[in-house]
Amino acid sequence: MTGETFFTISGLSYLLAMVVYITYLAARKNAVGAAATTITVFGFVSQTIALLMRWGDSYNFWIETSPPTTLILSLLRSAPLRNLYESLIFFVWCLILIHLIIEFRYKIRSLGAFVTPLAALTLVFIDVSGTSKEIQPLVPALQSNWLLFHVLISFLGYAAFGVSFGAGVVHLILLTESREDKAYIFWSIIVGIFIIILVAMGFDFFSVSAAKPEEVIQNYFLKSTFRSSSGGIVAISWIASVAFLFIIWRYGLGLKKILTGLSLTADLLDEITYKSIAIGFPLFTVGGLIMGAIWANSAWGKYWSWDPKETWSLITWFVYALYLHARFAAGWRGKRVTILAVVGFITVICTYLGVNLLLSGLHAYGSE
Amino acid sequence: MYHSWWFITLLILICVNLIICSLERLPKTLKLINTPMKPAGETVIKTLPVRKELKVKANLKAVKDEFFNSLAASGFHVSESTEGDSAELYSQKGKYSRLGLYIVHLSILLIFTGAIIGARFGFGGFLNLPEGETSDVAYTGGGKTIPLGFTIKCNWYNTDYYRGSDMPQEFQSELVVIEGGREVLKKVIEVNNPLTYKGITFYQSSYGMIPNAAGVFILKVTPVRGTEHVLNVQIGDTFEMPGTGLKGTINGFSPALTRDPTTGNLITYSDKLINPAVLIQFSEAGKQSFTGWILKRYPETGVLPQGHKVEFFDYWGVEYTGLQVSRDPGVWLIYLASIIMSIGLYIAFFMSNKKIWVRISPDVSGGKSFVKISVGGSASKNRLSYEKEVERIIAKATGAIEERSKK
Ligand code: HEM
Repeated sequence: MTGETFFTISGLSYLLAMVVYITYLAARKNAVGAAATTITVFGFVSQTIALLMRWGDSYNFWIETSPPTTLILSLLRSAPLRNLYESLIFFVWCLILIHLIIEFRYKIRSLGAFVTPLAALTLVFIDVSGTSKEIQPLVPALQSNWLLFHVLISFLGYAAFGVSFGAGVVHLILLTESREDKAYIFWSIIVGIFIIILVAMGFDFFSVSAAKPEEVIQNYFLKSTFRSSSGGIVAISWIASVAFLFIIWRYGLGLKKILTGLSLTADLLDEITYKSIAIGFPLFTVGGLIMGAIWANSAWGKYWSWDPKETWSLITWFVYALYLHARFAAGWRGKRVTILAVVGFITVICTYLGVNLLLSGLHAYGSE
Repeated sequence: MYHSWWFITLLILICVNLIICSLERLPKTLKLINTPMKPAGETVIKTLPVRKELKVKANLKAVKDEFFNSLAASGFHVSESTEGDSAELYSQKGKYSRLGLYIVHLSILLIFTGAIIGARFGFGGFLNLPEGETSDVAYTGGGKTIPLGFTIKCNWYNTDYYRGSDMPQEFQSELVVIEGGREVLKKVIEVNNPLTYKGITFYQSSYGMIPNAAGVFILKVTPVRGTEHVLNVQIGDTFEMPGTGLKGTINGFSPALTRDPTTGNLITYSDKLINPAVLIQFSEAGKQSFTGWILKRYPETGVLPQGHKVEFFDYWGVEYTGLQVSRDPGVWLIYLASIIMSIGLYIAFFMSNKKIWVRISPDVSGGKSFVKISVGGSASKNRLSYEKEVERIIAKATGAIEERSKK
């Protein structure tokens, strides 16, 4: 079997796990929960195999096309973190890893229903965005160990933030009592948009899967719905989305009923949200900001050039710093501070996807 | 925008706020750190976030000693007080971890300082230096000339490609620093591997062709039985394969030679040196023997029928290297601050001020006498993991107490 097959297996497993975790929320049968965990572990193992195989392929490619280098250097240069596709795959891997650690450590399954959709969204995104899966040669600027560790550690940090996002959303759901509550409106919109984008990307996926994968995001992303060439479809998409948001808002309190009574308590979720940020924040600071700056300085002669990516990373950093200050300096607890954690992850998505795909700069992967 | 007055003002305001807030809180924190611990007493222990109670059948002194040992093994420097029959052990560790956030704040101020130093006393410029040429200055984007204080020379520039493709693998230049007419430093720079001299750093950033330059072909020729010779020739020149009668004339050049896939003709597909090739006409004893293209990236094209080798080593003098030239006297402070921030973050998030009190008192229940142990503790962070640590401390002590009573 090729690495590609293992990736497909892991992707399908995560999608299936997402469905089973959500079923678990509704059915509350331990057997269902155990099945969800088993499927996730299975997906994780096959993704690990796929990653290692890709590393092997990438290594061979490097050996064949480059001047001879030492074994260590060849392994570093071929580490599968070289383009958008590989970095997103690695993000999913870290996300699932952290989720499994939390699941085994804190003995809570239900978080899976909120973390696996994030993994699924990322995987579907990879397919619809048509990010190239080819093993590409590294352009000279990317041949740096600083860059490698920069990407590696930042993504661990992003994954920790991803978990805090999942836990934060669940926390908000549990804490809000009425439909007029601002925090309730906030989470219902976030969850709604999340599902809408997942579904819209699902449409993209089925409508473009026959086309060439080299096409870039601008060509496909949301092209079968919001960005369709047919005005009717665009209008329907918007109307359907607004209606869907309304439904989530109207019936969202039911979700709270489903969640209460599971082994979830607001305290535990608050703790997971905080802990993931407490791990993600130092990783992101050291790996994302500091190592990024060191790399930029050795490659371009400037540790900070205010390109869109750097600016957005800084915004992300400030939002999480704000979260920490709200918690420790101002003593905020509960809804208010958790909203900051959720906003933090939205800026992460802007930092990574928005900037990489829609704007160009030093950080647009693969192009200089 | 980033040099605009409001942006700078904002940064300064943030710094001032940060300094004031930190200074306001620092005395309280220092007081917290410097206040020695006191015995807590039964009632206070019961209110602590982490608390455990147990009873053992053993002698009080043995219990105290074993708890002392177990606490010491966990890194606590234990103090002791006695009150009547009861004894209390108490200790704290990691009290300086409360300073972590001040270290982080300090590092942020240092980063601002480093950035200001860089903006005030540094410069960022560029220099396009043709192969073989020298310069004493660099240029800024605004068209200003900046004296370097020494001379920089580019010996050569080269692009390496990935085998079998036109993707650049590395851009390289050999730079020489000349001072007082003497070569003081020579280095091949690459992207991600610059040259620094007297605080000025030269980064490989681009390259290009010099318009209308007449370059020199550097050929390395090796007769079948003989050693390698390096020849510098120009277009139209004739050279001899040393020790043989074979002569070669440079008849043509292409910066990027390829075979058109449809027509099969040889064509030049770029004006950059992507796949340089030289056309050489060979003749022996006045008779033309053969003519062929020799490609720089494919040395096998230079093996002649007789077995002689002609390696097209370089076409020199036609490219310039594009250097980013900068000096940033603040960068070391930025790096120092980064290290300080990493340490500060580690302390702030992963270390915590842990306190523990162990009260040991005799107790009688059901007509039997016991030793009652009340343990209480608090941690400035990660209460759950501290609770586990306290459990381990207790388990270790009780285990040892049992061991003793068996003996
Ligand atoms: C983005 C850069 C930062 C700025 C501008 C900043 C600024 C400030 C300011 C102005 C205060 C005082 C607030 C008050 O007393 O009401 C404060 C407090 C605090 N900061 Fe920061 N800070 C930054 C980064 C950080 C980071 C990265 C951490 C994480 C370790 C941190 C941890 C704290 C804590 C825990 C306090 C509360 C101090 C206490 O309660 O004694 N700060 N910060």
